[in-house]
Amino acid sequence: MSTKIEVKNLTKIFGKHVRQAQTLLEAGKSKDEILAETEATVGVDRANFTVEDGEIFVIMGLSGSGKSTTIRMLNRLIKPTSGSVLIDGQDIAKMSKAELQKIRREKFSMVFQSFALLPNRTIQENTEFGLEIQGVEKEERAKKAREMLEVVGLKGYEDQYPDQLSGGMQQRVGLARGLANDPEILLMDEAFSALDPLRRKDMQDELLDLQANLQKTIVFISHDLNEALRIGDRIMIMKDGEVVQIGTPEEILSHPADDYVERFIEDVDRSRVYTVGNVMIPATTVNIEKAGPRLAARRMRENGISSIYAIDSQKHLYGIIDANDVRKAIKEDQKDIRSLVQDVVPTTHIDTPLSDLMDDISSTPVPYAVVDDDNHLLGIIVRGAVLGALSGNEVNVNV
Amino acid sequence: MFNMPKLPLADWIDSLVDWLSHFEGFFYAVTSFLGGIIDAFQWVFDIIPIPLFILIVMGATWYITRKNRRWGLLVFELIGLLYIWNQGYWRDMTQTLTLVLSASLLAVVVGIPLGIWAATNKTVAKIVKPLMDFMQTMPAFVYLIPAVAFFGIGMVPGVVASVIFSMPPTVRMTQLGIEQVPTELIEAADSFGSTGWQKLYKVQLPLAKPTIMAGINQSMMLALSMVVIASMIGAMGLGTQVYFAVGRNEAGSGFAAGLAIVILAIILDRVTQALNQDKH
Ligand SMILES: Nc1ncnc2c1ncn2[C@@H]1O[C@H](COP(=O)(O)OP(=O)(O)OP(=O)(O)O)[C@@H](O)[C@H]1O
Ligand SMILES: [Mg+2]
Repeated sequence: MSTKIEVKNLTKIFGKHVRQAQTLLEAGKSKDEILAETEATVGVDRANFTVEDGEIFVIMGLSGSGKSTTIRMLNRLIKPTSGSVLIDGQDIAKMSKAELQKIRREKFSMVFQSFALLPNRTIQENTEFGLEIQGVEKEERAKKAREMLEVVGLKGYEDQYPDQLSGGMQQRVGLARGLANDPEILLMDEAFSALDPLRRKDMQDELLDLQANLQKTIVFISHDLNEALRIGDRIMIMKDGEVVQIGTPEEILSHPADDYVERFIEDVDRSRVYTVGNVMIPATTVNIEKAGPRLAARRMRENGISSIYAIDSQKHLYGIIDANDVRKAIKEDQKDIRSLVQDVVPTTHIDTPLSDLMDDISSTPVPYAVVDDDNHLLGIIVRGAVLGALSGNEVNVNV
Repeated sequence: MFNMPKLPLADWIDSLVDWLSHFEGFFYAVTSFLGGIIDAFQWVFDIIPIPLFILIVMGATWYITRKNRRWGLLVFELIGLLYIWNQGYWRDMTQTLTLVLSASLLAVVVGIPLGIWAATNKTVAKIVKPLMDFMQTMPAFVYLIPAVAFFGIGMVPGVVASVIFSMPPTVRMTQLGIEQVPTELIEAADSFGSTGWQKLYKVQLPLAKPTIMAGINQSMMLALSMVVIASMIGAMGLGTQVYFAVGRNEAGSGFAAGLAIVILAIILDRVTQALNQDKH
C-alpha cells in the first residue's frame, strides 16, 4: 500500500491577525486564548496524518473541531495558513491554477455536508456536472449519470429538481455526482448525515463495496461513531483543530488517547466492532483418539462443566460430549468415547463480527466453537464474555 | 466661512466638457453607432403594420406566459395598444419604445459585465458603488447638458442620458445576484475543477439570473421615466407629446399622451417580469 495523501503540519487560521495568532499557536496557546487575544479563529492546528491508497479514513470530532476545514484543504478549496498537503507525493501548494484544476478533475470528488446541488438543474443534470466540467460528451455523461443514480437508488427521479426531493435523496444525488467522476479520492463531508438508518446502512455497504472493488481512497467525515467504526479502516479524532488520536477502530476503542476520546466512545455499540476473536476463550477439550470416559469425566468435574469439546490429535473439532453419556459409558465400562460425540456444536470464524452472533448466542444450547478453515478448534464463545465486551467491561481484547 | 472664495467646481466641469469636445471623432463614432441601433429598431417598428404589431406583442406574451397564463395581461395589451392607435400616438409610441429598448440594451451590455466584475473584484466594487449612487441620484436633467454638447440634438443624446440614468440597477443587481450564490455551490464548482469561466456561466450567472432580470426590469422602467426629459433635447416620442401639451397648457392631450406612457410601462414591466417567472 502506498501513501495517497500526506499531510504535514497543516494549519488554518481564519480572520485577521493571522501571523500573530500563529506565533501564539506555536507558543502553545489554546484556541480560546488565541480567539480572545487576536480575534482569529484556529480552524486546524498543525495536523499530521497520512491516508493510504485504498483506505477509508474517517475524521471525527465535535462540531467546530476543524473537520470540514481539514478536508477542504486536501483539495485546496481552503488555502492552508501553513503546512503542506501532498497528493501522490505532489505538493498541491506548488501547482499552477491549471494543474490544480486538472488534479481536481482527475483525482478528486467531493460530497458536501449541505448537498450543494444546483437548484436550477435537474437531478440528471446535477449528476452530470463534474463530467460536464471535464468536457465529456453529452451522451456518455448522461449514461454515466443514470448509472450512478441507479446505484444510489434514485432511478426515476432524473427529471426532478433538487427542491422536489427530500434531504436524504438530495444527499444521494450529491453522492452520485461525486461517483460519476470516477475519482481516485472521494472526500465526503458528513455525506450520510441526512439519510435514514436503513438507507444509511445501504450506502455504507455501497461505499465498502466501492472501496473493495475499485480501490478508492476515501476520506469520510462522520459524527456517528458507529458509522466510523463500521466503515473506517482508520479513524482520526479531532478536538479544537488538533488531532487527538489516529488509529484503527479497535485501537481507538481499547486504548483511547485521553478523556475526550473516551467520552467520545462511551456509548458506542461495541457489537459492531468486536469480532469473535476478541471475546473467544480457550475450550476445555478431550482427545477422542487417546482419552477414555474416565478422563473426560474428570476434566468436566474439574472445570465445573456439563459437556466437553471432542477433538482429535490434530485439534480437529468433532463435536461435544455430554456428562450424562459419559457417566453411562463408565457404568457400562466402555473404553471408547467416539460413539458419545454429538455433532451439534454451532461454529463460527475468528473474524466474524459479534453483531452477527448476537441473535443466536443466547438461544444455542452449547457455546459457539470458533474454528478455522480446516475445522481446527481455536476456542469458544461464552455468553458472559460477549456481554462483558458489549458493556465495555472486562474485555479480553487481543490487539 | 463667508470670506472663503467659492470653489470653482462649475468652471472645472465646464473646462472638462470643453476639453472632452476635442475628441470630436470619438463622439462622432459613438453617435453613428448609437444612431445605427436606434434606426434599426425604428425601421423594424415602422414596417410592421399596426394590427400585426399588436398580434406579435400578444403572441409573444402568450408564449412567454405559457407556464402561467395571464389572460388579464393579454386583454390589457389589446385594449391598451388599440387605445394608443386610436389616439394617433402609434408612431410616438414606437419612438419611445425605440428609446427605451436602445437604452436598456446598452444598460445590459455595459451593466452586466460591470456588475460581474464588481462582484469578483473588491477594488472595482469600491469604485462602482459610489459611481452608481451618483449616476442614479444626480437629477436626470443634468445629463442633458453634456449629452447635447457631445452628441447634439435628437434621439442619440436622449439614449445616452437614459443609459446613464438607468444603468445602475442592472449593475447593482448583477453584482448582488452573483454575490448571493451560496458558497457551497461555488465550492462544488471549484471542487470539480471548473475554470473561472465555467463557474461563471454554469453556476453564477444561471443562479443570479432572476436577480439580474429584476435589475434589467428596473433599468427599463427608469429609462421610460426619462422619456419626457429626453424629449427636451429632441428625442421624439410620447414624451414630446406630453412636453408640448405642457407648453400649450393642454391638460387633456397631456393626459392622453401620459396615459399612453403608462400603458407602455405596464406592458414592458409585466412582460419582463413574466420572462423572469418561469421557475427552473
Ligand atoms: N470561513 C470561515 N471563517 C471563519 N472561521 C471559520 C470559517 N470556516 C470555519 N471556521 C471556524 O473554524 C473552526 C472549524 O470549523 P469546521 O467547519 O472545520 O468545523 P467542523 O468540524 O466541520 O464542524 P461541524 O461538525 O459543525 O461541521 C470553527 O471554529 C469555525 O468557526
Ligand atoms: Mg463540517
